[in-house]
Amino acid sequence: MQAVKRVTGRMLPLDRADVDTDQIIPKQFLKRIERTGFGPFLFYDWRQAEDFVLNRPEHDGASVLVTGANFGCGSSREHAPWAIRDAGFRAIVAPTYADIFKANCYKTGLLAVTLPDSQVRHLMDLALEDPSAQVTVDLEKQEVRGDGFAYRFEIDAFARENMLGGLDEIGLVERHQSSISTYEAQRSAWLPAVK
Amino acid sequence: MPSTLGQKLWDSHIVRTAPGEPDLLYVDLHLVHEVTSPQAFEGLRLAGRHVRRPDLTLATMDHNVPTRGGARAADDLSRKQMDVLAENCRREGIPLHQIGSRRQGIVHVIGPELGLTQPGMLIVCGDSHTSTHGAFGALAFGIGTSEVELVLATQCLPQTRARDLAVTVEGDLPLGVTAKDVVLGLIGRTGISFGQGHLVEYRGSTMRGLSMEGRMTLCNMSIEWGAKAGMVSPDDTTYAYLERRPHAPRGAAWDLAVDYWRSLATDVDAVFDHEILLDATRLEPHVTWGTNPGQVAPVTGRVPEPLTDTDVRALRYMDLRPGTALADIAIDRVFIGSCTNARLEDLRAASKVIAGKHVHPKVRAMVVPGSATVKRAAEDEGLDAIFKAAGFEWRNAGCSMCLGMNPDILAPGERCASTSNRNFEGRQGAGGRTHLMSPPMAAAAAVTGHLVDVRELL
Ligand code: SF4
Repeated sequence: MQAVKRVTGRMLPLDRADVDTDQIIPKQFLKRIERTGFGPFLFYDWRQAEDFVLNRPEHDGASVLVTGANFGCGSSREHAPWAIRDAGFRAIVAPTYADIFKANCYKTGLLAVTLPDSQVRHLMDLALEDPSAQVTVDLEKQEVRGDGFAYRFEIDAFARENMLGGLDEIGLVERHQSSISTYEAQRSAWLPAVK
Repeated sequence: MPSTLGQKLWDSHIVRTAPGEPDLLYVDLHLVHEVTSPQAFEGLRLAGRHVRRPDLTLATMDHNVPTRGGARAADDLSRKQMDVLAENCRREGIPLHQIGSRRQGIVHVIGPELGLTQPGMLIVCGDSHTSTHGAFGALAFGIGTSEVELVLATQCLPQTRARDLAVTVEGDLPLGVTAKDVVLGLIGRTGISFGQGHLVEYRGSTMRGLSMEGRMTLCNMSIEWGAKAGMVSPDDTTYAYLERRPHAPRGAAWDLAVDYWRSLATDVDAVFDHEILLDATRLEPHVTWGTNPGQVAPVTGRVPEPLTDTDVRALRYMDLRPGTALADIAIDRVFIGSCTNARLEDLRAASKVIAGKHVHPKVRAMVVPGSATVKRAAEDEGLDAIFKAAGFEWRNAGCSMCLGMNPDILAPGERCASTSNRNFEGRQGAGGRTHLMSPPMAAAAAVTGHLVDVRELL
C-alpha cells in the first residue's frame, strides 16, 4: 500500500444514505481478475441518468466523495473501494460506514473518514453551492478542513499508522511468526482439516 | 469473569494481543470462491509468498457458475475467473470443489454439509454472508480481498474487538412463519445498520426450537442489518446435525469436542452491550417492498408512505404506490435459491405449498439448490418431480439469480419473488425488482402470480 498522509481536492456530493456496494460497482464488473480498471464502472447503473451527480461537469476531477450514512453496506467486494480509487477519489467523508467496506478502504489506502451528520451536511451543501470549493482530508492531523472550518475526526489508531506509513500488513503479521506457531501447536486435535 | 459466546470465541482465537493494537486472531477455516480471490492469489505470487495452511483452506465455484447446460460458463470472463481459481488452487495445494463435482455448491452451504463448520471455530471468507456459519456457534464473518490475501499468507487476521448484542426471540413460530420472517421482521424493526460493530447472539426459546437450517437462514442475514457476525449457541440440535458428517470428529475425539462445545454457551451472568427482544408468536410472514432489506412489512400490510429520500427513491425504483396492498402486487418471476434459503429443508417447505398445484401462467419460476449435495438429496426424495410437475425449472447448484453474475438474471422491469437476501437495485439484474420472502411464501407467489399470504394456501 502506498503511504497516504493527506488529500486535497474538490468534493463530489452524493447525497444518499445506505449506498450499497451493488450500486458502487454492479456484479457484471466483478469478473476482472485485476485490482484495477474498475473506475469506468463506478455507480454504473446510476450513471445512466444524465443528471446523476457523477455526470455533472462542474464536479469533474473531484477527489473527495461526500456521502450519507451507512455507506458501502452489503457485499464484501473490495472492488468497491478499488472502483472509487480508480475513478480518481482518494478520500470519502460520511457519517458512518458498513464495517467490511471501511476495513477494505483502509487496506486500499482510501481515506474513509467519519464526521457527524451536521458536519457532513455542511460539506455536502458547500459542494453543491460551490463545486470549486477545496477541502483537505488530513490523516496526520485527523481533520477535514476548508475555508473557515476544521473538523476533527477519530480513526482507528492502527489503521491510521498503517496508512501513514504505507505499511505492508502481511509483513507486519509475519513478524509474529513464533506466536502463530505457538498457537498452532496447541490447537485441539479434533479441529477439522480439509484434506 | 462471566463471558458471552461471542467473547469466548474471540478469546480462544487470540494469537497475540498488545495495547493499542488490534488482536491477532487465528483462522480455523478459510473458505474461498472465484470472485473475491484472484487478486489475493496474485498479490501472494508477486510477493513470493505461499498459502500457509492449504489444509485449512477450501475453495468452491459458486458465484458465476452456470446452472444449466453443463459446466461451461456462458462468457469468457467467467470462464477465466474459474480457470484462474483452479490454477491457483492447484499451485497452492488447496482442495477445490469444481463446477460439476459431487460436492460443489454455494460456499456457505457446503461448509456445514461437509461438517467443516463446527462450534468454536473462527471461519472467514471473502464474502459477506459468511455469518451463516455462526449458526453452529462459530465466529464467522466476511472479509475483503486484501484480508483474504493476509489470511492465505498467515492464517491470521488482526481484528478490533467487537461488542456484544443479544437478540432474544421467545415463543413458537405460528403456522406459515419461518426463520426468514424472524430476520426480516427484526431488520424491519432495527433498520439496516443497527448491528454495526457487534457480534450478535440469537437466543431464546425460538432459537432452541429452530433446525440448523433455520438458524443458518437467520445468521446468514446478520450482515443485512450491519452486524459483524451472528451466532447461535450450540446444542443437541447442532450435534445431531454434525455427527457423522464427513469432517466431523469421530469416536473419542467426538466426545472431547462435544464437552468443549458445551462450555461455549454464554454464562448466566454475562452482560451484553444491548439486547433486543422479539415475540415470535406475533410474527407474520414478511415481504420486502423496497430496495433494502429493512424496507419490509408483513404480507398482510400495505406499501407504506415514504418517510425518507431513500424510501421515495425505492418506491420509484420498485414502481409501487403507497397504500397498495402488498398481496395485490403481481410478479413475473420466482427464485428459490441462495445461501439464505436453498437447503433441503427450504426446498421441502416450498414443495409442500406447490404440491398438486401449478405455477401461474404469467410466472416463470425456478429452483436452484444450494449445492450439488442438496440437489441429489432433493431428487432422492422426489422433490424435483414435484417442482417440475408444478412448472418450475430445476437447476444445478450455484448462487445464480441471487446476484445474477451468470445468465440467470431478471430483465429490466421484471418483478421477482425471491428467497435470497438482498433486494438492492439491480441485484438480480439491472432494472429488476426484488421482493424478499421465505421459500413457502415464494412458492405461494409462484402459484397465485402475486405476492400472497402463504397461510391462505396451507
Ligand atoms: S448465494 Fe448470493 S449471497 Fe449467498 S454467497 Fe452466493 S451471491 Fe452471495
